[in-house]
Amino acid sequence: MVKLVYFAWVRERLNKSSEEIELPETVETVGDLLDHLAERGDAYADLMSHRNTIRVAIDQEHADRSERIGNASEIALFPPMTGG
Amino acid sequence: MAEPPVIVRIQAEDFNGEAEIAALTDGRTDIGAVVSFTGLCRADGDSLAALELEHYPGMAEAQIRRIAQEACRRWPLYGVLAIHRFGKIAPGEQIVLVAATSAHRQAAFDGANFMMDFLKTEAPFWKKEHWVDGSAGEWVSAKDADDEAKKRWAER
Repeated sequence: MVKLVYFAWVRERLNKSSEEIELPETVETVGDLLDHLAERGDAYADLMSHRNTIRVAIDQEHADRSERIGNASEIALFPPMTGG
Repeated sequence: MAEPPVIVRIQAEDFNGEAEIAALTDGRTDIGAVVSFTGLCRADGDSLAALELEHYPGMAEAQIRRIAQEACRRWPLYGVLAIHRFGKIAPGEQIVLVAATSAHRQAAFDGANFMMDFLKTEAPFWKKEHWVDGSAGEWVSAKDADDEAKKRWAER
């Protein structure tokens, strides 16, 4: 099981701030994860129409699309950051 | 030389910039320069009631700490400080404080500038607008200019 956490408009579009899911073995990278999530229903499919905008962090560190998920315990999806 | 102190705080409450900066230099005689930046909630016009700052607890602090440590690696800094607020912040209120100390001004200027450029684009915070009529506005979009500002610091 991996915990997925969502922020800002990613959270609003999915209407949840986190969830735990079982990832199939075919999901090896961040890119694979986004492909997999797109299959989980309309809200996810709609969200993934913005997939090039969405940023991902694995265990609280920024990760690019090719990064391997490995034994990650927490994966976050969020929009580009606008702090400061 | 020992690692310079890195102070990072993520908090809902306001901060006293003057007291924070005084604490950075308290008891030190080797610091010749302190550069600080304070970011405020800005309203273009009079319809903004507040910006709501959402953050990723844990990662927000860890990421700013990584940025601050990178600043200490690049410049001879004696200490760095970053305070970032979350929650609803009204126009005119403070959002962020970044400060860097050094023997001389250039390292302190560059260190503080670098930390702000990376904090804007890599620290997990998001701003949402709330209007005076009570309605929620849009999530603020990331600016290309902020990404460009970060690229200035690419190591050659």
